Amino acid sequence: MPEGTYCNKKPINTPEEVNFLLSDSSGAKYYEEMKHLDVDCELLASTIEKTMKSRLKTWLEICAHCGMCADSCFLYQVNGKDPKQVPAYKIQSTLGEIVKRKGNVTNEFMRHAMEVAWAQCTCCNRCGMYCPHGIDTGIMFGYLRGLLYQQGFVPWELKIGAGMHRAYRAQMDVTDTDFVETFEWMVEEYEDDYPGLTVPVDVENADIFYTVNAREVKHYPEDLAEAAVLFHAAGENWTIASKGWEQTSLAMFAGDWAACKMQVESVYDAMERLKPKRMVGTECGHAHRATVIEGPYWAGRPDGRPPAESIHYVEWLAGALESGKLKIDPEKRIKEPVTLQDSCNYIRNHGLKKATRTIMGHIVAPGYFIEMSPNKEHNYCCGGGGGFNGIGVFRKQRNQALLTKRDQILATGAKLVIAPCHNCWDAIRDLEEEYEIGIRWSFLKPLVIKMMILPDHMKPEE
Amino acid sequence: MHEFLTGIFFWIAVSVCIVGMAVRFVRYFLGLDWQLDRVAYRAHTAAGIKGAVRSIYKWLIPYGTQGWRTQPVMTAAFFGFHISAVTVPLFLAGHNLFLENKVGVSLVTLGPAMADFLSWLAVGCGAFLILRRVVLPEVRILTTWNDYFIWFIALAPFVTGLAARYQAGPYGFWLNLHIFCGELLLIAIPFTKMSHVFLFFASRAQLGMDFGIKRGGMKGTKMAW
Repeated sequence: MPEGTYCNKKPINTPEEVNFLLSDSSGAKYYEEMKHLDVDCELLASTIEKTMKSRLKTWLEICAHCGMCADSCFLYQVNGKDPKQVPAYKIQSTLGEIVKRKGNVTNEFMRHAMEVAWAQCTCCNRCGMYCPHGIDTGIMFGYLRGLLYQQGFVPWELKIGAGMHRAYRAQMDVTDTDFVETFEWMVEEYEDDYPGLTVPVDVENADIFYTVNAREVKHYPEDLAEAAVLFHAAGENWTIASKGWEQTSLAMFAGDWAACKMQVESVYDAMERLKPKRMVGTECGHAHRATVIEGPYWAGRPDGRPPAESIHYVEWLAGALESGKLKIDPEKRIKEPVTLQDSCNYIRNHGLKKATRTIMGHIVAPGYFIEMSPNKEHNYCCGGGGGFNGIGVFRKQRNQALLTKRDQILATGAKLVIAPCHNCWDAIRDLEEEYEIGIRWSFLKPLVIKMMILPDHMKPEE
Repeated sequence: MHEFLTGIFFWIAVSVCIVGMAVRFVRYFLGLDWQLDRVAYRAHTAAGIKGAVRSIYKWLIPYGTQGWRTQPVMTAAFFGFHISAVTVPLFLAGHNLFLENKVGVSLVTLGPAMADFLSWLAVGCGAFLILRRVVLPEVRILTTWNDYFIWFIALAPFVTGLAARYQAGPYGFWLNLHIFCGELLLIAIPFTKMSHVFLFFASRAQLGMDFGIKRGGMKGTKMAW
């Protein structure tokens, strides 16, 4: 059976197709069909020929096989230093082999490569900083994921996730109407406590265009209200867009580059339409990576920048606290040992370590903030990055991967972990569920709301 | 034989090395693609150059990066070998005498004690790095016969050079073998993993540009990637 009904090379483009694939619970039939999926070796070879240029070719070729990347990889360390988890080995034995064999690889090989690409690398890019030649294996795995996606060898959840972006321009089945209505509803819910709280929709020339993660709309709608409260308290002139509001990209995790482009263009279109001064994205790592760091390239923007200046939530928050737009009640600051999770996607890969630490300086009473070790650009992945969190078939490997973060947190002695990233937040929640170490975890918004000083005119009437 | 090795074959080896590497170097940079690499090289040249220079500079300094600092023994052996592998061929008195006769120019030269020390250092560190390759499972799994071949062509000029230096047997034989091995190395540079002697700078420059332009450099981070 070359092309399956569930598992095939065709991307998913419509809500009906999404629902069809979702009907195969846990992807049981999908993975069964994958065992028989043909590899289009010619397509594989021609894609490599067209897209593998000097950077990747040179990386594969000049790798000195020195093994210095081994210890930099948390998956190598947490899996008993298994040599098969050495980054250089992982990429040489998958992408390297495909290139060497000029695309002539078997179904079995591709399924193995799929496991390595999604369960043995979270694309955290840490190894890239430890290679004398500057070989960034995470980038190569991103490329390999693209090749695997094109051939239909992609985990079930990510095929669906990429399909969601194609069908809804969101990572979940949240329509534009759902988004606006949920936001408005949540703001109404909070209005009694914050008089005058509104959610401006499609306002042109606003100072801030706010983008979100569809999960917030679907599962954590209070996050939307909290964002509104903080913009309101800071006196910001902000807006959301009724179209192009989703900042995330599961398509990026899936390696579906065409869907990445579709998704990010919807946000850029909103920027062009509303002409905001800046875009501020929510507390999400990969969303920032997708829309701000990588997105411009998918959309073909030669300056490598989105149409409007785009910053991460932590940059906005740090600025608002520093400028005094938001004021913290010193009495209400965190007075317990607390640690901070550095998200790979915007700390290691966008240099925002100072912003998060500025925030800590404002919201944590002196002496209570404890850094993880290692931290900042050298921090380890939460254990669930790059899509790993969401892939059921690799759950066992993911749970093993969480041990690194668990031990890092335990070593700090903190019982509260601040995780300004959806993916990290999830992983830390899961590690508490799995290993019960007695910690709590939080985004920044709810913490700041609890401790900010509200200007008098914004206080609720007695 | 000696005349052939120091005559026509010398010129062939040097030309192959220089032309081969120039071609590879140029092709590397021509093959960079802003959209496929997802780095706006042209739009942010200054930030790119800054990132590239910082990346190359920091990695050239022993213990200059976190990567080097986390593996102190490996780093010592690595620099021990590479410092010798660069300085001995370029600054050995005998080599410069040859160059002076050949092309009329010469560089500063190493004193004999220093030259001996560095040559033994190269052999010692090389042996250590080969042993590391055999002993450590995380390096062994990556190792291919090609890696040993590369070590062979890298160390052969040192071993034969030392044999000639201490006259362990017929001097003329060792000298000719030494010259041959050195020239073989030059020829191997553009075509094997030895290409890293030049492509290291290309690859590092690229990652430096990547981080310098896109991944934090323009956000003010002072990281050495």
